[in-house]
Amino acid sequence: MSQDKSQKFGFETRMIHAGAQPEPVTGARQTPIHQNTSYVFHDAEHAASLFNLQTFGFIYSRLTNPTVAVLEERIASLEDGRGSTCCASGHAAQLLAFFALMEPGDSFIASNRLYGGSITQFGKTFKKFDWRVKFVDVDDPQNVRDALTPDCKAIFVESLANPGGVISDLEALSNIAKDAGIPLIVDNTMATPYLCRPFEWGADLVVHSTTKFLSGNGTSLGGCVVDSGNFDWAQNDKFPGLAAPEPAYHGLNFYETFGDMAFTTHAHAIGLRDLGSTMAPMNAFQTILGCETLALRMERHCENAKKVAEFLEGHPAVAWVSCAALPSSPYHALAQKYMPKGAGSVFTFGVKGGYDAGIKVVESCEIFSHLANIGDARSLILHPASTTHRQLSEEQQNAAGAGPDVIRLSIGLETLDDLIADLDQAISNA
Amino acid sequence: MSEKIDHDSYSDAYLRTLLNSVKSVAVVGASPNWNRPSYFVMKYLQDKGYRILPVNPRATGEEILGEKVYASLAEIPGDFDMVDIFRNSEVAGTVTDEAVELAGSKNIKAIWMQLTVRNDDAAARAEAAGLQVVMDRCPKIEFGRLNSELSWGGFNSKVISAKRRKVRIG
Repeated sequence: MSQDKSQKFGFETRMIHAGAQPEPVTGARQTPIHQNTSYVFHDAEHAASLFNLQTFGFIYSRLTNPTVAVLEERIASLEDGRGSTCCASGHAAQLLAFFALMEPGDSFIASNRLYGGSITQFGKTFKKFDWRVKFVDVDDPQNVRDALTPDCKAIFVESLANPGGVISDLEALSNIAKDAGIPLIVDNTMATPYLCRPFEWGADLVVHSTTKFLSGNGTSLGGCVVDSGNFDWAQNDKFPGLAAPEPAYHGLNFYETFGDMAFTTHAHAIGLRDLGSTMAPMNAFQTILGCETLALRMERHCENAKKVAEFLEGHPAVAWVSCAALPSSPYHALAQKYMPKGAGSVFTFGVKGGYDAGIKVVESCEIFSHLANIGDARSLILHPASTTHRQLSEEQQNAAGAGPDVIRLSIGLETLDDLIADLDQAISNA
Repeated sequence: MSEKIDHDSYSDAYLRTLLNSVKSVAVVGASPNWNRPSYFVMKYLQDKGYRILPVNPRATGEEILGEKVYASLAEIPGDFDMVDIFRNSEVAGTVTDEAVELAGSKNIKAIWMQLTVRNDDAAARAEAAGLQVVMDRCPKIEFGRLNSELSWGGFNSKVISAKRRKVRIG
């Protein structure tokens, strides 16, 4: 559906207003936390209409909740998508995204540089649904073309990969996906919609761990699947869940009935209904608050991160730095194309002295918190090989940019000089 | 209409004024099957207070949502405000011409073509006859979008307002 020219509000306006109008009964301006499970029907007929998806409204908070709905519209608006579905975590979002697309025996292609937790979820746990993943090096798009098979239902990449400053060539990948008649799914967690615009480069679905920069304070787990509304689910017979009579919903054909709203409707009415991975209303509220300051925070995150990366690159005890904001990065050109406002605030480096020295740096920090998260107002430090990427083989660790000597930083919003001083003393101790 | 309507991009004001001015809607291509898109739209519009008048020559003699099904627009007794077309773009042209012919006697004010249905030549003929036209949109989706109900499903309504809206029952 074409966009209304009159509705092109700016990003900052949308991060504060999209999805949230004053509460009509009380006039409350901030979004109320609907800490509530179920919603009273007007009558039996109204109830039937809701269950048949014939009218809009709330039934039960496993499917939809008014507070969560505000966050869903806000993220959909920030990504310029048609709609979104929030859920319990980033991993839940990935499951939800594939759930609508995949049948047992189907496969998909994913970057071999994904966040380690995603590699484990796709490679090990998805196997139990008989969903098969093929990990490829997407830096050469030809590898993706070569890996395509008739049962392949999607291509999955991160716009900016966690942990190591790797950027995917979204335009080239979306062209391959279009030729194959399958959607390109982009994890935009590390870049956020402020830094990277996957739908403008032809992506079809975007997933987020809202736990990270969107919520921004390390308070709330959450995930989100955003649909661009642009994919034609009926162009081939690959997506019966969306474009054929759906046995899990009285034979309803979602694409025919809901058009560009089909994916998001399916993700709520069947995905959340049957997988049950709902986002809690309180978490939605915290994430709504985070979205209100996203642009300001991302500017400072990026500015601090670039300066810390420059400091490390010039440090005599540092062996290497992998940060796409640095001109020395092989991904610097892609960063300028896809993330002109900044290359995020998560990157990796290695100290001379390898694994042992790396552990020592992590343990010697005073301001950087040693923990397994990213995208917090606080600066964070981690040794992936012994933590987040521990389940991977050494070969997989190296491919994912999480080899034995790698240290991951998530640069926060503290005073820049304090961050540099903390890393300097920690490296000196190592 | 003095202002030329851009059928690639309708303003919210245009759609809102149209939906607020219409009270009865003849639905061409109305299906009696509860899980067909036309049925969803009729049920929703009826719940919101619109009179719906189903038109489907293959379902005459039946009732849909308590309303008699007519074989054609001409057979509908009395006036109706809008024609909502659930047929392909080519057939939509013929239906539009029928509506233009009946516009004077039935007081028809608007033609609405559903999602994926678009016939610019027919739209121009209807507009020349003084009718308002919307194409490639769904009145249920637009009504829900403009009244904040679409937002409940996680959709991007593109509506931003700091005004306190009136509570609607529905």
